[in-house]
Amino acid sequence: MSRRRVVVTGLGMLSPLGNTVESSWQAALAGKSGIAPIEHMDVSAFSTRFGGSIRGFEIEPYMTAKEARKLDLFIQYGIAACMQALNESGLEISDANRDRIGVSMGSGIGGLTNIEHNHELLLNSGPRRISPFFVPGSIVNMVAGYLSIQYGLRGPNYALTTACTTGTHSIGMAARNIAYGEADVMIAGGSEMATSGLGLGGFSAARALSTRNDEPQKASRPWDSERDGFVLSDGAGAMVLEEYEHAKARGAHIHAELIGFGMSGDGYHMTAPPEDGRGAAMCMGNALRDAGIDVEQVGYINAHGTSTLAGDLAETRAVESVFGEHARSLAMSSTKSMTGHLLGAAGAVEAIFSVLALRDQAAPPTINLDNPGEGCNLDYVAHEAQSRKLDVAVSNSFGFGGTNGSLVFRRL
Amino acid sequence: MSTIEERVKKIVAEQLGVKEEEVTNSASFVEDLGADSLDTVELVMALEEEFETEIPDEEAEKITTVQEAINYVNAHQK
Repeated sequence: MSRRRVVVTGLGMLSPLGNTVESSWQAALAGKSGIAPIEHMDVSAFSTRFGGSIRGFEIEPYMTAKEARKLDLFIQYGIAACMQALNESGLEISDANRDRIGVSMGSGIGGLTNIEHNHELLLNSGPRRISPFFVPGSIVNMVAGYLSIQYGLRGPNYALTTACTTGTHSIGMAARNIAYGEADVMIAGGSEMATSGLGLGGFSAARALSTRNDEPQKASRPWDSERDGFVLSDGAGAMVLEEYEHAKARGAHIHAELIGFGMSGDGYHMTAPPEDGRGAAMCMGNALRDAGIDVEQVGYINAHGTSTLAGDLAETRAVESVFGEHARSLAMSSTKSMTGHLLGAAGAVEAIFSVLALRDQAAPPTINLDNPGEGCNLDYVAHEAQSRKLDVAVSNSFGFGGTNGSLVFRRL
Repeated sequence: MSTIEERVKKIVAEQLGVKEEEVTNSASFVEDLGADSLDTVELVMALEEEFETEIPDEEAEKITTVQEAINYVNAHQK
């Protein structure tokens, strides 16, 4: 069975580097850090007191303040990214196509801030003070739900939750909805706002976060010998995916083709990867097989690269086992060195960066990589972006629970 | 010190995101001010908080206009 081809025709993003795709991407190419002390809550009692916040964001161009008040910030961020992506795609939604347009927007955790706030109301004032908007304003699938309501989109509508792999899985599965014929267009990605008391405190308790409080901008340092954990960040990424002939017929600008998607499970540990990275390797292998390409065609990998001791090394080993000799010639960087880790939004933001790397023929850098740690021997594009001939890019995500996802994009 | 009527209207305007001049005494929350069923639940909660009273659900269902809200608060002011 020949399968329908899927292309990327719209991009949207809010990240610690900027509240649009282009501002974020230009900052990433320039090697800037979006990490800073956390200001939206009192963090004095926390062992980690910095992160990657969304700054200067105004919801009003996207929805009224009254609507926004009912929705957790992760939902607002997700909706904003999707609206940017739709807008950029130039797609006009009408009665003729709305049944064939769907949404796949996930979140790693969901409305944590809203949950904390309403739990406080429950404890302090009793159950009658819980907001009627608490449940609809907190649940993971409300970005997808809101967009369906707002635009009358009646195609597949869902939200995946696979921790830090959410964005990647959401895009990959949405592409399959199109390839399989269930939809012609899917808006797909992820959003997150987990720097609440429980989020920051919980990841700290799991000893997952960097505690480099005196130098926040140097805290996210994938593969560096002094790396000490990831940096928790907020934001959202969304792509408009479209069936190739559908995009061509309407004269859409095509950013890239999504040619492969692979998944796997580690079967190993709740938070740690196996040392040899075999789950990650199987995942990349599955994605490359799905794409039907040779490993030598891959020029760039946007790594999961969170700046944890075990994760960075395992991913390097996985790449070495999948790509063999070619692992030494390709460029692999971690844009998390600049954005921090957006959890359920990370895969979407990084898929967008991978697409833009193909567009601009440039691999964004891994900043703060001063001295590669033991066993970290690949070209991680340290400090400065590299101009490179890039035809195919891979974007990796690996999450708690041992859940893995890889996407493969090709320049058209 | 604002009157009960002024305080009710202010809360309605805030909760439903409408201008205060739209909040006339005869205005219906759903039909005139664009509220949905969840908005009206939240509005009743805001009135309870402002006037430090508890409005039972069966009473709350009968409050569908600005005037009905004013009447309820007037009748139940401590």
